[in-house]
Amino acid sequence: MGGREATMVLMDENGKRCDGRTVDEPRRIMIKAGGLKNADGSSYIEFGDNKILVGVFGPRDVHPKHMSDTDTGILRVRYHMEPFSVGERKNPAPSRREIEISKVIKEALEPAVMLEKFPRTAVDVFIEVLQADGGTRCAALTAASVALADAGIPMRDMVAAIAAGKVADTVILDVNNEEDQAGQADMPIGYMPNLEKITLLQLDGVLTPEEYKKCVQVGVDGCKLVYELQKKALNDKYFGNKGD
Amino acid sequence: MASHTVIDELKRNQILELLEQGKRVDGRALDEAREISIETSAIPKANGSARVRLGDTEVVCGVKIQPDRPFPDTGDKGLFICTAELLPLSHPTVETGPPGPEVIELARVVDRGIRESHMIDVSQLVIEKDKSVIGVFADNVVVDYDGNLFDACSYAATAALLSSKSPKWNWVDEAPTLVEGEEVDVPITTIPVSVTMAKIGKHIIVDPNGDEWASMDARITITSDSDGNICALQKGGDDGFTQDEIVQCGEISVRVGAKIREKLKAAQQGGQ
Repeated sequence: MGGREATMVLMDENGKRCDGRTVDEPRRIMIKAGGLKNADGSSYIEFGDNKILVGVFGPRDVHPKHMSDTDTGILRVRYHMEPFSVGERKNPAPSRREIEISKVIKEALEPAVMLEKFPRTAVDVFIEVLQADGGTRCAALTAASVALADAGIPMRDMVAAIAAGKVADTVILDVNNEEDQAGQADMPIGYMPNLEKITLLQLDGVLTPEEYKKCVQVGVDGCKLVYELQKKALNDKYFGNKGD
Repeated sequence: MASHTVIDELKRNQILELLEQGKRVDGRALDEAREISIETSAIPKANGSARVRLGDTEVVCGVKIQPDRPFPDTGDKGLFICTAELLPLSHPTVETGPPGPEVIELARVVDRGIRESHMIDVSQLVIEKDKSVIGVFADNVVVDYDGNLFDACSYAATAALLSSKSPKWNWVDEAPTLVEGEEVDVPITTIPVSVTMAKIGKHIIVDPNGDEWASMDARITITSDSDGNICALQKGGDDGFTQDEIVQCGEISVRVGAKIREKLKAAQQGGQ
């Protein structure tokens, strides 16, 4: 797990990364709003080699009843990886990692959703990772925001997310799987561009105070890029710019 | 749930009335399956995969192939395990947590259909007898629900297995060792196809959609292989079938199954 020795060339002398990207270039991102018939809202994202499906239900009755709140609606998030989504087959039961990611994604989405409009109800967000390749929590959070909007749930803003990080002593945008395993730092950021609020932030790895500042800046700039793609996905579905 | 039952009662009456005239709610013939679309190699990280849509029912299947320990009593055979899971995003009533009896039955019926047809020749999946064998795992996840998960999962698993390539291992220093850059075909002997039929009143229909599934009296799933032999069967539901009906269902499953087998073959060739 997480070997930090630099056995792999993460950045060549021309500043190109192991997959040919420049330092501030994200992977290919494709977001589609809708797609599932039974869900109230849904989305599908391909973020590099990540492939993630999100379905949203609600606002609806809360089961079990004791979870409901008379003052506000509640948000429930489940992040789940398929057994075939990673290199070695994953046990289908939820792991501690998946439970933690579910929680941080829920807390990242909560400030965006106007839950106080639906007391005693629940909004359920189900995230299914079909294929994982580093940065799934950011891709999942990005897709979940689009699925919530697709469900017509009132929101203050959408949360866009991407990771910043550090490899070969350089601050980079959008950490891929190799860079996450062998790099020096990984900092996933979720950001609401209109409200200018960071709602998800994690870090593992060592950064100097200057690098820390730069990582946050690079991440926030990246989120703004992702935000445009989220808006485009909704535009394509609801205003029919499908022909492109 | 009370309101649910009332709607079903009305729909059931409509479905029954149409069946009396030999028609179905979505205009299909009684022995006609819904449109099937198959996308293979949808998950490049898996050794084989398929995304199958049967009408509005959608299933993703990924195949993982890796070394494993054999069962103590079958040291000369590899493993084949097929699972199925209903994801909560597939339908508003699906809950998270351990699977209920319906989902466990689903997984077991899909597994049995493929296993009993001997589609995968497990005797060829041995790295070192009694010590190390190859395990083939086909995991199905249902992402959208509109009835007949048995067939949708079965087609997804079969298509995923047909598209699979296996890594190669040699037995070196008492451990399975991966041979870099080499891929071998998965030993496939036949293509099983399951056909699920529902009985509503006196009528037997192929590939029931969600509404038909909710109003059926009984169901039967029959799997046949490439030679047209029947290799697995499961009856379910509260009503029974007459002997004549069982024979009739057997004939339908082989005839309809042959058409679907051609689609699975075409998807395998298209996915290369």
